[in-house]
Amino acid sequence: MDNKTKKELIIKHSPGSTILKNSILAFIIGGVVCSIGEGLLMLYSYLGADKKTAGTLVTISLIFIASFLTAIGVFDKIARYAGAGTLVPVTGFSNAVTSQAMDAKSEGCVLGVGSKIFTVAGPVILFGLLSGVIYGIIFYFWNMILPFIN
Amino acid sequence: MGITEQFLLAFVSGGLVCVVAQLLIDLTKLTPARILVLYVSFGVLLYAIGIYEPMQDLFGAGVSVPLIGFGANIGRGVKEAVMSDGLLGAITGGLSSSAAGITAALILGLLASILFKTKSKRM
Repeated sequence: MDNKTKKELIIKHSPGSTILKNSILAFIIGGVVCSIGEGLLMLYSYLGADKKTAGTLVTISLIFIASFLTAIGVFDKIARYAGAGTLVPVTGFSNAVTSQAMDAKSEGCVLGVGSKIFTVAGPVILFGLLSGVIYGIIFYFWNMILPFIN
Repeated sequence: MGITEQFLLAFVSGGLVCVVAQLLIDLTKLTPARILVLYVSFGVLLYAIGIYEPMQDLFGAGVSVPLIGFGANIGRGVKEAVMSDGLLGAITGGLSSSAAGITAALILGLLASILFKTKSKRM
């Protein structure tokens, strides 16, 4: 092994350059996913949906695309490069649900798919709702004491 | 604001949100599942302190497509439900507003497991 290839290997395997490469890929692919979302948002608004409905339709559309790409085995190939770029958008949530459900197929319908489908979705939903309940309680009592403060 | 600016803002902000998660994964060894939980809860917090809505007006899908938007949606549902139903809304609001996303993901996941043979192993 000559010095040049050695140097290249060191650069390739040093954590700094991996982190930089991962971040750039996450930025570009995450940005593209969000841009697709923005495009769909404009499309649904143009077709006459109000802001809230358009947002919901975008979520459902991206979930459908991610679920389908997961089912045909394409999502994993993209995600290997994208990292957080496809994980953090709602596509990652959909991918986690679909891939878990598919993997659990051999374990049966009820305790296999029915429970494993929540492996990642469960914590996300649970802690999202927990945050929501805490916020709701604080918001309620804040509104009650607000008149007394002013 | 022109269409190009809107796309650019969504691209850059969405990309940055993903980079933060990527750095959390690479530098802190947080698992992807924990990142998702963190982002959803952070979304509720951003909504609660009133930062999310102006961000969404500016960045559009750049903040609403990442799971922060999913969390903010829960926050919005809770706020609206508390305003109309009182304290009961703290319990009912979160699931009502996030019903579309959760139901779509679960039902499509189930359908995929019935219709397709497994190829994927992830998380």
